[in-house]
Amino acid sequence: MELRTKIGALELPNPVVSAAGCGGSGRELAQFTDLARLGAFVTSSVMLQARAGRPTPRVAETPSGLLTAMGLPGPGIEGFLGRDLPWLAEKEARVVVSVGGNSVSEFGEVAKRLVDSPLAATVAGVEINVACPNVEDRGRMFAASPSAASEVVRAVRGAVPRDVPVLAKLSPDVTDIATIALACADAGVTGLSLINTMAGLAIDPGTLRPVLTGISGGLSGPALRPVALRCVYQVHSALPGLPIIGGGGVATGRDALEFLAAGASAVSVGTTLLHDPSAPARILKELEEALTARGLGRVADAVGLAHKPAGYVPPQVVRSEPEERIPEPSDQQESAP
Amino acid sequence: MQSPGTVLTVRQVAAYHAMTLVAPAVAERFRPGQFLAIAVGGEHTSLLARRCFPIYEVKSDYGGTVELVFEATDPGTNWLASRRSRDAVDVIGPLGRPFPLPRDPASCLLVGGAQGASGLFSLADALRRRDCQTHFVLAAPHGAQIFGARSAQRIGDSATVITRDGSLGTAGSVPDLLPRIIDESRADVIYAAGPTALMSAVSSVAAAHGIPCQVSVAELLASTSACGIGTCQSCVLPVIGDDGITRMARACTEGPVLRGERVRWSDLGTIPLDAMGGPRAPSSAITAP
Repeated sequence: MELRTKIGALELPNPVVSAAGCGGSGRELAQFTDLARLGAFVTSSVMLQARAGRPTPRVAETPSGLLTAMGLPGPGIEGFLGRDLPWLAEKEARVVVSVGGNSVSEFGEVAKRLVDSPLAATVAGVEINVACPNVEDRGRMFAASPSAASEVVRAVRGAVPRDVPVLAKLSPDVTDIATIALACADAGVTGLSLINTMAGLAIDPGTLRPVLTGISGGLSGPALRPVALRCVYQVHSALPGLPIIGGGGVATGRDALEFLAAGASAVSVGTTLLHDPSAPARILKELEEALTARGLGRVADAVGLAHKPAGYVPPQVVRSEPEERIPEPSDQQESAP
Repeated sequence: MQSPGTVLTVRQVAAYHAMTLVAPAVAERFRPGQFLAIAVGGEHTSLLARRCFPIYEVKSDYGGTVELVFEATDPGTNWLASRRSRDAVDVIGPLGRPFPLPRDPASCLLVGGAQGASGLFSLADALRRRDCQTHFVLAAPHGAQIFGARSAQRIGDSATVITRDGSLGTAGSVPDLLPRIIDESRADVIYAAGPTALMSAVSSVAAAHGIPCQVSVAELLASTSACGIGTCQSCVLPVIGDDGITRMARACTEGPVLRGERVRWSDLGTIPLDAMGGPRAPSSAITAP
């Protein structure tokens, strides 16, 4: 089984990555999951300054999901470079650093501080959290408008060397996610991470007030999965050449395969890590079994299958004579290596 | 650390459920004050937040068992209460900072509120092995909510039961009655576990008497946590560090046992303005480790 997959020039040993914010600083998750065996470890969003976040309660349980309004807590870029990144580098994890900002220039500043640090070489990729609220636009998230999203992408892309992949993580709370994706592609992203949480509200049945101090929060978990699959499918249709890390409530290998079929080249596991921090190894094993059961020899063969006609067989799969491999014809898979 | 536990028994104890799990990996490493994070609802659950429970006691039977005492208040804890012998439960533990033990024999006052008191009995055993005196104070609004009165009377050097309505023991409140109990027991140190308001009250009485106080914020943890392992950062509370800087500490990881006088009780549910990463934090705090 060929589990390797590519996000632009970045090769991952397998397609299962942790989602931003769901693996903590790495230390928490590492007690249960070997970070070096993840396709990649995506950090919590790093902001310019240390932030305490919002007061509690900032997480609420909802049906098959969690609703969170954390307020982007974190040590800030200095704390991250001083303590978290060196630790992650030591664990030999492929680190994708999620960057956030209150303004376009802040995104650029965080990215610049990151690439200027002595440990810049250990950064495998940068993911832009464009769902951050823009304080210069009354708290509207950058991901809500094609122009704001592309401005942020340009600021980060401009600061990061060409050989380091830059991904944008998009929000589903938009009229047409493909338009935002297109704007990000034009601004130079290597790929996209789909999707961030979706805005929701939980009401305390006792007090009849919102549960979260942030009033509304971001919905994650399996409740979000159909929305995430739709977004991946829609964006892959519009931009078949743009690599996607798909995720939203991935809890099993079958879920992961659904995301590959919708057009993702890798799959992120998020809320599931809070519920079952040892899940990535299981999900990868289940994915491998699910691919094998369908006669698919490579992760890349599954990517985008949902867009092909029914009964489509990837060119390298031989059904009648399994012992003999036919040399690969010209590759029809856009995101295959 | 994450392991399948097998249910041995679930029984009703006063107003609570007591569950015994066969979980050798937990029993082996447990220290008093630590807790378990349990996944509820089975394999295809729609309840994604782990439930955190203080550990009542561990035993060496069946390779190692763990007992916890909880109240069934929501679908998750109801599911747990409906488990039967030989059912599998996904547990992570033991987790969190345990109660620190005194180096030399001391007179210890153990204050427990409602089922939160369950976390104090293994502590009492450990203290007694160190030749410490253990004086119990068990408090709850009503007599039916008192947990462990008989055990406390059996193993403690003294045991005081306080209920608000006087349905069991002395009628009154802990803050009113505690000063006299501190004097009578000549307490050198106070340990407390239970409702957050009680932890706050005990901390301020201890501070007024100049007695060190270790409190378990397991109730706050149970009501706010989602993962139990420090990842989700949902169970934070403002705690003053050794350097004098307030940080939002995770009840699951930096706690659940905290020094009572270090918790900013009146600021719970807020981010204090001067907390690290807060709106008016001193700039030097941002770079502090």
